[in-house]
Amino acid sequence: MWTYAGRRLLLAIPTLLGASIIVFAMVHLAPGDPIAAVMPAESSKAEIEATKRAYGFDKPLPVQYLVWLGRIAQGDLGRSIATRRAVILDVRDALANSLVLALSSSLLAFAVGVALGLLAAFRQGRALDKLASAIAVVGVSIPHYWAGIILIIIFSVQLNWLPAMGASDGGDIVDYLRHMTLPTVALALIPLGVITRVVRSAALDVLNQEFVLALRAKGLAVRRVFTHVVKNSAPQIFTVLGLQFGFQLGGSVLVETVFSWPGTGYLLNLAIFQRDIPVLQGVILVLATFFVLLNLAVDLLQTLVDPRIARH
Amino acid sequence: MKRIVFALLATVFSLSLAGAACAQGTLRIGMTASDIPYTGGQTDNGFEGFRFVGYQIYEPLIAWDLTRGDRLAPLVPGLAESWEVKKGEPTKWTFKLRQNVKFHDGSPFNADAVVFSFESIKKKDAPHFDPYGSGQVAFRLASLKAMKKIDDHTIEIETDKPTSFVPYQICYMLVVSPAQWQKFKDWRKFAEQPSGTGPYRVTRFVPRERLELEANKQYWDAKRRPKIDKLVLLPLPEPTTRLAALRSGQVDWIEVPPPDSIPQLKGAGFQIAMNSYPHNWTHTLRLDKEPWNNKLVRKAANYAVDRVGICKSLLNDTCIPATGVVYKGHPWFGKPKETYEYNPAKAKELLRQAGFDGTKHPAKAVQLISTSGSGQMLPLAMNELIQKNLKEVGIDIDLQPVEWNTLLTRWRAGFKTPDNEGLNAWNISWNFLEPWSGFGRFFHSKSVVPVSVNTMPYINPEADKLIDEAERTFDVPKQNEILAKLHEIIVDDAPWIFVVHDQNPRALSAKVKGFVQPQSWFVDLTAVTVR
Repeated sequence: MWTYAGRRLLLAIPTLLGASIIVFAMVHLAPGDPIAAVMPAESSKAEIEATKRAYGFDKPLPVQYLVWLGRIAQGDLGRSIATRRAVILDVRDALANSLVLALSSSLLAFAVGVALGLLAAFRQGRALDKLASAIAVVGVSIPHYWAGIILIIIFSVQLNWLPAMGASDGGDIVDYLRHMTLPTVALALIPLGVITRVVRSAALDVLNQEFVLALRAKGLAVRRVFTHVVKNSAPQIFTVLGLQFGFQLGGSVLVETVFSWPGTGYLLNLAIFQRDIPVLQGVILVLATFFVLLNLAVDLLQTLVDPRIARH
Repeated sequence: MKRIVFALLATVFSLSLAGAACAQGTLRIGMTASDIPYTGGQTDNGFEGFRFVGYQIYEPLIAWDLTRGDRLAPLVPGLAESWEVKKGEPTKWTFKLRQNVKFHDGSPFNADAVVFSFESIKKKDAPHFDPYGSGQVAFRLASLKAMKKIDDHTIEIETDKPTSFVPYQICYMLVVSPAQWQKFKDWRKFAEQPSGTGPYRVTRFVPRERLELEANKQYWDAKRRPKIDKLVLLPLPEPTTRLAALRSGQVDWIEVPPPDSIPQLKGAGFQIAMNSYPHNWTHTLRLDKEPWNNKLVRKAANYAVDRVGICKSLLNDTCIPATGVVYKGHPWFGKPKETYEYNPAKAKELLRQAGFDGTKHPAKAVQLISTSGSGQMLPLAMNELIQKNLKEVGIDIDLQPVEWNTLLTRWRAGFKTPDNEGLNAWNISWNFLEPWSGFGRFFHSKSVVPVSVNTMPYINPEADKLIDEAERTFDVPKQNEILAKLHEIIVDDAPWIFVVHDQNPRALSAKVKGFVQPQSWFVDLTAVTVR
């Protein structure tokens, strides 16, 4: 077990190194000039060249890569060109905001999705089932950024109940919660649809098994039958919950941009338009590392549950 | 199920009530910038940065009077009380500085602070040189060669040649507090706790999210002490987000509402502020290649464009038609021989004279345009209309849309690069705040790329002579006369397709009172109140 874990950990290093090369190359191959983007339209070529030299963008790419890698090894992701703040601080704040949304939207999707799915299964073919299925289809089909815009129009512009953008108006925790509400709902729509459908079919599978018929024949109350069904469909439900939570962690460039939610997606979008190469590299690298580590953790957990996996 | 729905609704409702109360006298502005403009003195994000950050926290020696909307914003004494050119030595200027002015950190404003700020831009080996800030503003101070302190309240500036444009350059040099910089010896840290002499001081800085400022109660000009307590700046680059923020009451003021939202905003009780200001939206033509090397074709194009149509139907009256570099009524307009109005018949006739025929021998050109960008208005829709207009008279233009920064990078390099060889024009909007931005950089033969940005290139000895003469003329009315003469020549030569002047629309909630939209890129926020 421990040797396996150690081997996997070592394997993660070349993966991360490969990711860092891809991140660096991608960012530099993209058209546009990081310095030109922050200089005024009227400035001359000579002034832009001078600023480029000041930032080290005049050196050959492999040299820039090694310098960057050397700094990362010391935990320094460099400085943003646009704000001149340390990238690590920007990424830290953004990641925290994105994690909050991932958690809240996952919780909402789990709670509503599981409830709807189970209700639909127990009322198969009836109006409630049709309604739940309709919600599920709508949830997975509507583009979530569009849903975000519609939510803003209804709850912010028309009803004036909730703020349309940002993470805070400079207020307390309640202020933050108010700002979170709409993006949470927008982000929950897709997992909600997926979870509802998977839970419904998992529960239906169990409901159609003979032991349920036997339980009913024995005269068990509906509520007790329900508990048995839930228990038996739980493994399948947990798998989909885990998967969906993983997706949510990736954040969403589109939803965060629509709501100007200061998370990693919004930061990425900003950095792309500002050609803020250090930020772009930093965010992608941190997200990539996050996923590599998450994968590693999942693999190790699986080995813990089922030791046979470790042998392969 | 019912109970769950009720619980959810109750939560949403209670959350919505909690935030309804709001501090009094706070003005919240949604900017188009994607980030908070640089707060360390010489700001970035173009003139929007100067508008909301630069000129609110800091001040120049010579400032703009932005209190009136009925005239072009003139220059007035700022941190300097007076200035004059040295008699017999026209390259030396003496500035008398204002006394008893204090920076936000309490340290005194004096000649040392002015020299310190100048060196942070111009002196590359100074410990307080700010490479980033310098990159933003050095080119606007091109003719200022040296600065020295005469006494605590007097400085002297030396220019590289006799030039009357000095006040138009010095108005962009913002004076920062040397005492505050000494605390950190680092411009990035200074930018997080900036200190200037302006009417607002920074209280909270959340990178990429918000900048909070409060009124500077000790501001030296009692008449311009802010009426509001607090000013909050939010970067909201997405137009729809900006609009939603205004309509939901999260901000009180947004820059550039989408033109098609304006009737709706007016209907909902919002104020739309507009005024003419030195902005033009044009196609800058390539003059050394067919078809634009022929003056008749250039004039034909100018007569073919339906400017009123663009302003009325496309932009909901947020612009006015342009028939020259500057608009009618501007002191530099003069009396041009041609008034370019929508006249397709005349355009066709001019094209025929030039030897082009719409069917057998159409004039063809490739124009590089942007998909968005500061001052670019609605580039795609506007250019499609222009393309259609030109097609109708027999000029085929091929539009090549690129991203805004790519357009700027390619434009700076000029037409004679492998990338740009196939092009015949670029569509970029300009300011003409002062003679150099309006004329010198585009129409003087000495400004040909790479020295400056005469990309066309426009070579006209007569224009050179007038630009030089304007620069040597220190009397403003006389200078205006010379520039008006120059403008008449340029309108007749039509090196650009003149299209529209933006009206700088902004939308304000009904609570905002006392704002005057000046004829300028900048604003005065001291008289504004928020009920």
